[in-house]
Amino acid sequence: MRNRLLIGTTLALMVGWLLPVLTNVAAQAPASPAYRAPRTPDGKPNLNGIWQTMNTANWNIEAHPAGPSPARELGAAGAVPAGLGVVDGGEIPYLPAARKKQQENYANRLKLDPEIKCYLPGVPRATYQGMPFQIIQSTKHIMLIHEFAGAVRTIYMTDQTEAPADSWMGWSNGRWEGETLVVDTKGFNDLSWLDRAGNFHSDALHVVERFTPRSPETITYDVTIEDPKVFSRPWKMSMPLYKHVERNAQILEFRCVEFVEDLLYGHLRKQPAK
Amino acid sequence: MRHRTRSFMRGGAVALVLALAATISIAGQTQSAAPAASPKAAPASAAAGKAYKAPRTPDGQPDLQGFWTNSTYVPLERPNGVTKEFYTPDEAEAAIKVAAEREAEQTEPGTTADVHYDFSQFGLDRSQSKFAMNLRTSLIVDPADGKMPPVNAQGQKRAQERAAARKTAGGQYDAVENMPIGSRCIIMGGAGPPLMNAGYNANYQIVQSPGYVMILTEMIHDVRIIPLDNRPQPPSQVRQWVGLSRGRWEGDTLVVETTNFNGKNGFRGASENVKVTERFTRTADDTISYKFTVEDPTTWDRSWTADAPLVKTGGPIFEFACHETNYGIANILAGARADEKKAAEQKKGSN
Repeated sequence: MRNRLLIGTTLALMVGWLLPVLTNVAAQAPASPAYRAPRTPDGKPNLNGIWQTMNTANWNIEAHPAGPSPARELGAAGAVPAGLGVVDGGEIPYLPAARKKQQENYANRLKLDPEIKCYLPGVPRATYQGMPFQIIQSTKHIMLIHEFAGAVRTIYMTDQTEAPADSWMGWSNGRWEGETLVVDTKGFNDLSWLDRAGNFHSDALHVVERFTPRSPETITYDVTIEDPKVFSRPWKMSMPLYKHVERNAQILEFRCVEFVEDLLYGHLRKQPAK
Repeated sequence: MRHRTRSFMRGGAVALVLALAATISIAGQTQSAAPAASPKAAPASAAAGKAYKAPRTPDGQPDLQGFWTNSTYVPLERPNGVTKEFYTPDEAEAAIKVAAEREAEQTEPGTTADVHYDFSQFGLDRSQSKFAMNLRTSLIVDPADGKMPPVNAQGQKRAQERAAARKTAGGQYDAVENMPIGSRCIIMGGAGPPLMNAGYNANYQIVQSPGYVMILTEMIHDVRIIPLDNRPQPPSQVRQWVGLSRGRWEGDTLVVETTNFNGKNGFRGASENVKVTERFTRTADDTISYKFTVEDPTTWDRSWTADAPLVKTGGPIFEFACHETNYGIANILAGARADEKKAAEQKKGSN
C-alpha cells in the first residue's frame, strides 16, 4: 500500500516534470536530431546570418488573445495579435508579489515599457523583439547585432570574465556543446522587460540560451530563465529563429532615440509667450 | 579651449557623464600599459616594416580583429605656424605635453570645467589611456599643407542656410531638437565613418566572419557591419546617420566605401552627398594603418585625405548605454524653463 502510494507520487512528479518538456516538443516542429550544421572555417557549427523570430512573444511571452492597440490612434495597425505563448508549461512561475507587479506593469505599460523609450531591450527580449539581428561569428567573439536601438552583445568564447558591472544587455560567456552554442549571461540591471505585457526580472537574472541549428535556415532557440527574486523556480521558453535568405538582407539603422525625444522631453519644450 | 568647448557639447548631459563614469573607467583601466604622454610606447605606423605579413583569419582574410584605439594628440589640421609634415620625436613629445597640460587645466578646482567633470579621472584625459603615437603634425596628409580644403560656394551657402534654420528654431535649450546630437545620445564623434579620435573612450572592436567585417565603436555601442560580397549600394532613399558601407580586400588592405549618409551629422560641414573611402592595413601586430579620403563636390572642390593609425589596446569594451541614463537632457531643459519662469515673475513683480 505504502509502496503503491510512493510509486503513484513518483509517477505524478515525473509527469509534472515531463509535461513542460512535452509541451515544448509539441510547440516546436520536431528538429531532426541528425541535423549537422555546415561548419565555419575554424570547424564550429556555422550560425552566421541574419535571423528573426516569427511569433508574438514581444507582445506577451505567455499565451494571450488578440486585443486592441494600447495607443488608440493606431487602431487595428497597432492592435495585439493573439499568440499561443512561448513559455514551457504555459505560465511563468512568478512569486505572488512579482505577479502583482507584472500586472501593474501591464496596466501602466505605455508609461513604463522601456521599448517605448528606445532603451536597450535586454536579454532575451532582444532576440524576439521582432526586428532582425545578425550573428557575426569568429573564434574568440560571437557578436549579436540587433537592429532595434543598435543593441549589441559580445559573446566571449575564450577570454571569459565575470560581468564587470551590471548592464542592460548583460555579460555573455559562450561555449560549444556539440551542435549547440550555449550562452551564459549574467550581470543585468533590473530595468529591462521581457515583453510588452510587463513581464519582468530583477538584477538577479541569469539567462542561459541554447542556439541549436535545426536546418540550413532555422535555429532552435531555447532559453532558461533563473531569477530567485522574481520567480519560484527556473523556467524555460523556446522558439525557432528564421534566417533571412534575401540576397540583399542587411541590418539597417534603427537609431530610435530621435523618434522618442518628443515623447520623453516634449513637456519641457519652451512654450510661446502668452 | 577648443577641446573644452567640444567636450562640453558632447558631454552636455552632466548626469549622463557621471552615470557613465563607471563604464568609462573599465575601458580606462584595461589600458594599464598606457604611456603617460610618452611617445615611446606606441609605434608610429609609418615606421612599421614593409615585410610585415598580417596574420590570417580561418577563412583567409588578413586579420584585423581585436580591440583598437585611435586616440591621438595629433590634430586633424596642421597648427598655424607649423610648416613641416613631421615633428622630430622631441618636438612631438613637446607638442603632446602642451596638449596634455591643456587638458589637465580643465580639472582645476573651482573652474567651470571642474564642475562639469574631473578630467583627471575615469580615462577622460587622453594621457591616461593608450594613444596612437604619430610624428605627423596633422592627420591630414592631402592637401600637402595639412589643412582642410576651402569650403566651396555651394558648401558656404548650405552652411548659411543651416545657421539661419538654427536661428529660427530658437535657443539651444528651447527644445531637445536644438541641443547637440552627442548630448542627445544619438551619435558620438568617433563612430564615423571616418573613424575620428573622439577625445576619450576612442575604442573600437573589430570582428570578422566570412564575408563581413564588423566594427564596434565603444561610444554609444555603434556598430557598422560591412559586407564584402560586392553587393550594390542600396537605393538612395535609404539614408543613415553613418551611411551605408561596402567593403572589399585589395591585397592586404580592406577598402570600405560609404555613401547614403542622411546629412544630419555632416562631417566637417559635409552634405548627404559625401563619400568616405577608408583603407585599413595591418602593418604590425599592434598597428592598423588607417587612411581615409573624403569627397563631396557640393562642399569642397577637391577631396582630402587623413592618416590616423589605430593601435592595439586592452579589451574588453563595456556597454555604453547613453540615452538610457540621459537625465541631463531633462534637467537642462527643466532648468531653462525654471529660469524663464523666474525671469517672468521678476518682470511681473517690478511692474
